[in-house]
Amino acid sequence: MNDVLTSEEKAILADIQQYLSESKRDRSRLIPVLQYIQARLAYIPYQSIALVAAHFNLAPAEVYGVASFYNQFRFNPPGKYPVKVCLGTACHVKGADIILENFERKLEIKEGETTPDREFSIERVACVGCCALAPVALLGESVHGNMAPSKVEGIFTRIQVEKEMEARQKSEK
Amino acid sequence: MPTITVNGQSIEAQSGMSLLQACLEKGIFIPNLCYLKAMTEPPASCRLCFVEIEGQPDPVAACTITVADGLVVSTDTSAVRQLQRTALQLLLSVHDIDCKNCPANKQCALQDLAKFLKVPLKNKPTETYLREPAIDETHPHLTYYPNRCILCGKCIYVCQTRHGQSSLSFAKRGFDTVISFYGALEIDQQACDDCQQCAQVCPVGALVMKSG
Ligand code: SF4
Ligand code: SF4
Ligand code: FES
Ligand code: FES
Repeated sequence: MNDVLTSEEKAILADIQQYLSESKRDRSRLIPVLQYIQARLAYIPYQSIALVAAHFNLAPAEVYGVASFYNQFRFNPPGKYPVKVCLGTACHVKGADIILENFERKLEIKEGETTPDREFSIERVACVGCCALAPVALLGESVHGNMAPSKVEGIFTRIQVEKEMEARQKSEK
Repeated sequence: MPTITVNGQSIEAQSGMSLLQACLEKGIFIPNLCYLKAMTEPPASCRLCFVEIEGQPDPVAACTITVADGLVVSTDTSAVRQLQRTALQLLLSVHDIDCKNCPANKQCALQDLAKFLKVPLKNKPTETYLREPAIDETHPHLTYYPNRCILCGKCIYVCQTRHGQSSLSFAKRGFDTVISFYGALEIDQQACDDCQQCAQVCPVGALVMKSG
């Protein structure tokens, strides 16, 4: 788990505490509170689950149980390059699960997780609207169609090259 | 005391008792996995304790019925057995059947049921789906084996009852549903050591104390 909090996230945790103090302790508020955190941080950190559990007088395990039922909640921070693999019907038929597996193996993380350096995260999404290009994967905002296992490798090579170029430009300045 | 008829035999039951409990106490076995006597609202999630009640068109889960005078019940009709066999086969389709290497071997509810219902202990005729990772070591005292777990919920129930809050809970959904110990690292170690009820109540070999 990636639980090292940045100072920005610490500030947001304080903000969550504030939000909680203004929110009713009624259990029906549990999901709205979780949605608030997800909206602020793009994930639900471990520390915030304990805060929420204490507020509603529930066990942390129970809060996690509720949250993990829903796809909209993530428990790891999104990486700098979020990988989204489409597992919609068309992509599924075209072997999207193999593409997902390739990303998982390459990054050594599972779907829903983030690499320890917070560079990459993997998520599965439903149809992204370009089924003709199935199977499809998104890297940040860029769409990669007709994905194949060999292309997975290519994507990372390109990122690596871009990074190196960036670094070189910086050092030249 | 209500008198009910089960498989032609008339038995007396304690009022307020569940039909399942009443039968079990008279030595009439009805397959069941998710029920404990103390439960006031049984989850009725395993779908094994089916019986037929005269006047009702379909089989019903015996753990959800409170005994009432004059109930006429059959526990071993072919419709009931068909439902139970299917339920068991579905449980086995997500089960890592490896009894030789399992601490529950020979004292396992699934083995008993397979024998009773004459269902072979095999992943058949269904496809097999196993969860990953196969072992969860996040809890400081317990080792959890998702592919042995039948998701009966008894461990959650006993922890909740004993401690007011359960440190175990169902997490995720569908085929990926597991028992989770989220927040387990903060758990009072001594409390778990002294309790161990969840591991004891587990009807299969899914929850095992680390200390053995
Ligand atoms: S839980 Fe029961 S059926 Fe499963 S491997 Fe262990 S002994 Fe066998
Ligand atoms: S761990 Fe055991 S007691 Fe708990 S839900 Fe699974 S099978 Fe039932
Ligand atoms: S199913 Fe993947 S883009 Fe439509
Ligand atoms: S014992 Fe009745 S449904 Fe499980």
